[in-house]
Amino acid sequence: MRRCRRLPAGIAATLLSTPLLGGCDRAPSTLDPAGPKSDFTTWAWWGLFAAAAFVCCLIIGLTVLAAIFRRRSTKVKTGDGRRFVLVFGVILPAIVFASVFALGVGGLVAQSEPPSKPAMTVDVIGHQWWWEFRYEGTDAVTANYLHVPVGTPVELRLRTHDVIHSFWIPQVMPKMDLLPKRINKTWLSVDRRGTYQGECAEYCGAQHAHMDFALVAQSHASFQAWLQREQRAAAPPTTDAERSGMQFFTSASCSTCHTIRGTSADGKLGPDLTHVGSRPMLAAGLIPNDVGHMSGWIANSQAVKPGNLMPPQHLTPSDLRDVVAYLQSLK
Amino acid sequence: MTQLTPPRTTGERSGEDLDTLSTVAGSLEARTRYDVLPERGAAEATVGARLDEEWAEEPGFWGFITTVNHKRIGRRYLVTAAVFFMFAGINALVIRTQLAQPNNHVVGPEIYDQLFSMHGMVMIFFFATPFNSGFGNFFLPIMIGTRDMAFPRVNALSYWIFLFSGIFIFSSEAMRSAPDFGWFAYVPLSNEYSPALNADFYSLGLLFLAVSSTIGSMNFIVTFLKMRAPGMSLNRVPLFVWGILTQSFMLVFALPPLDLANLMLFLDRRLGMRFFDSAKGGDAVLWQHLFWLFGHPDVYIIVLPAMGIISSIVPVFSRRSILAYPYVVLATVATGIISFGVWVHHMFAVGLSDVSLTFFSAATLTISVPAGIQMLAWIGTMWRGHVVLNPAMLYAMSFIITFVMGGVTGVMFAVVPFDQQVTDSYFVVAHFHYVLFGGAVLPLLGGLFYWWPKMTGRMTSHAGGVISCVLVFVGMNLTFFPMHIQGLLGMPRRIYTYPAGYGWGTYNLIETIGAYILAFGFLWTLFVFVQSLLSGPHAPDDPWGANTLEWATGSPPKAYNFPVAPTVHSLNPLWDGRTLQSMVDHRHDPQRTMTDHHQALRTSELDARIERVMTMPGETPQPLLVAMFLTMTVCFLLADIMLAAAVSFGLMGLVIGWWMWSRPEIDEPAP
Repeated sequence: MRRCRRLPAGIAATLLSTPLLGGCDRAPSTLDPAGPKSDFTTWAWWGLFAAAAFVCCLIIGLTVLAAIFRRRSTKVKTGDGRRFVLVFGVILPAIVFASVFALGVGGLVAQSEPPSKPAMTVDVIGHQWWWEFRYEGTDAVTANYLHVPVGTPVELRLRTHDVIHSFWIPQVMPKMDLLPKRINKTWLSVDRRGTYQGECAEYCGAQHAHMDFALVAQSHASFQAWLQREQRAAAPPTTDAERSGMQFFTSASCSTCHTIRGTSADGKLGPDLTHVGSRPMLAAGLIPNDVGHMSGWIANSQAVKPGNLMPPQHLTPSDLRDVVAYLQSLK
Repeated sequence: MTQLTPPRTTGERSGEDLDTLSTVAGSLEARTRYDVLPERGAAEATVGARLDEEWAEEPGFWGFITTVNHKRIGRRYLVTAAVFFMFAGINALVIRTQLAQPNNHVVGPEIYDQLFSMHGMVMIFFFATPFNSGFGNFFLPIMIGTRDMAFPRVNALSYWIFLFSGIFIFSSEAMRSAPDFGWFAYVPLSNEYSPALNADFYSLGLLFLAVSSTIGSMNFIVTFLKMRAPGMSLNRVPLFVWGILTQSFMLVFALPPLDLANLMLFLDRRLGMRFFDSAKGGDAVLWQHLFWLFGHPDVYIIVLPAMGIISSIVPVFSRRSILAYPYVVLATVATGIISFGVWVHHMFAVGLSDVSLTFFSAATLTISVPAGIQMLAWIGTMWRGHVVLNPAMLYAMSFIITFVMGGVTGVMFAVVPFDQQVTDSYFVVAHFHYVLFGGAVLPLLGGLFYWWPKMTGRMTSHAGGVISCVLVFVGMNLTFFPMHIQGLLGMPRRIYTYPAGYGWGTYNLIETIGAYILAFGFLWTLFVFVQSLLSGPHAPDDPWGANTLEWATGSPPKAYNFPVAPTVHSLNPLWDGRTLQSMVDHRHDPQRTMTDHHQALRTSELDARIERVMTMPGETPQPLLVAMFLTMTVCFLLADIMLAAAVSFGLMGLVIGWWMWSRPEIDEPAP
């Protein structure tokens, strides 16, 4: 998620997203769209920008020029100027605003329904501060990684477990809030393969800054393969360390919050860890998923992401090593 | 001052009211040379001594706490709000320092969240609105030619409550339990998920402040309706006064939803009610509706008086009457009304029905029209006048430039899918800072430079003011313009840190540099004003050759403002040659000089015909006592000591009873 991605981008988008200092930075730019919804907002932006730039230049120009030219002239003109104000302050703006309104309603209508029947439905559940994705009609449950097939609409049902969050993938779809006791339905569609940055866009507490997710858009075949794998129960441990890690996980407090399908761990508070080893990042995009970071997270996640729900775990070094080995094996 | 040249009237004078330039009283430039305007001088010579005696104030500390003089209260409002502005600005500087680099560790999330919440709350509630009230308090009575506000004691009460509620809210920051859920405090984050005192400070603090704003607004409305100088019919009311009037009406109607929301939040939290708790049948979205039903009008509550300041400055320094005065008035009032119908555009991403989104999209576009009218009226006034540049006018021009930039992005938010794309990103942060900084702070600074001589009797340095405007303008644009790009690049607002590698760092660094330039600009501005107080040249009555009645008083005005109530003959009373003369003509008329007690004229609502002479109350400690008992009530409610809260509230009721008992005698005039 944090790596540079090579994506084709429009010239303007490249100009905007290229920082002045160079480097291989890649912003999740709304002007580098990868789906029909963001396509629309990108075009809307450039149209609105052109109109806005024109109006600004006009008004600023008139103001500055007035100050320059009317300083010299001591001839004050009388007259009320009502016609001037009426034409330029009411009639011309009304025409512009009517077109803006048409643009907005057009966009709203175009985006209210997906262009074709959605391939599937995903439940998106916001938590402080991570994302849960449940694929309807399957057993697949993931955290912070939303996989979708490219080129077909996917229906989303958004809800929250706690406070209000907002689901935003700048390159793919505008925001939609996750509200308590309500389900907001929306859809997204991705045009080209890749991994896109998703963010929580409604302030949701101390770690609002660290509530990212990744949208992984795959070809149909590789998506199906992923979904098949994701539905399976956890792989049984193969080494002694993994076996003892699993033993520890299911008997210690881990299982009160986390689920690993196929074992007795069935907690609901934290992310489903059935395939945690296959996720590149941990803690909603904050740290890479490797042995070192995962050990640190388990030992004291409060040092990494203060305020998150997981308390520090006091494991012996060997227990910690075994548990991490087991979790890493869950591909 | 050497730049001021006499206006010349070309063509015919089109009617008495609307477009009159002085051809009678000689050149405006000549007037700026009088230390005391001859007309006021003549009036003061006749009755000034008696009025001085009648309106003399208690000196010392007792006088300080008992005063009901609207000018002293207005000055206090300005100073207090400026101090709050400074604190909230320091919060913003820490925010910008934290964001200067990716993965920065200047402050942690707990502190950062309190900083941005307090920054927003204080700037909106404890700076922008009260600062406008400060100007309103000082200038509304003297712009409409009267001697005091309609309810002088209520005026003092409204100030004391504002001061104490500000201290209350800042004490939360000192205790490190300031609101930390953003200035709009969405439930459930501010409710079930905020177990400490933070949200109680929020709800009680805003309820507390709302008392001040509500009574203050009512005072403005009644003063406007009943105390305008004879002859100041509605079509001769200065535009700043229209701005304050519209703001006051809006506050009276917009605050109840906010008060209700805060009361419900307090009851939810303390008495286990469940207005907003969805798990128990409440509704979290209800908070958003109630909040924004206040919140959007509040934008205009802040901006309309500020636009009124621009409408005061631009004609004076264009040496002609404002263009299309009736349209500007209608635009002001229309903005106030339409602003109650646009709140849902803050909630476009909530998932409401498309039909309602369409309606609010249309309303959002509609409200841009009145703003355009005012914009064109100012520009047209400049083009048809003779522009004189000085700090006040430069600030007015900076306002026009930045406000149009905030305006065009505001129009973009009417396009629902685009709004959903950029809302809650830095794009919206850029937008509302252009609207609120450009639309309120710049005009308020312009107003300070414009009215400073009247308030203090000292002129400010011309060069110092120009430098102040340049620094603030450059700093402001450097701080807020890159935020547009940053938002389009996908940076959400309210994140306390961000990773490297997204290309956000450069823009953030530029903004932080801009913020420090801006801070330096404010320090410089403060220096200019302090220097003026210490050693600025004395200001004449009318240093700018201005058009409205406040410039017919002394600099600073006497306690009684006008020795003789003038008869207003036009929209630009100081330019018509007759209004000033009326002070001379009526200087032996007891109904106009009112030398018996603290007295002021009561006039009719529409045409400002004289109805009677009213006796106004004088100095009293009652307002301070009421405010102190109210403060105690609020503090005990916060500490959850209900019995003590009830006792304080009862004591407050007793003082109010005493207040009601000791109403001044009202002289019934002979018919």
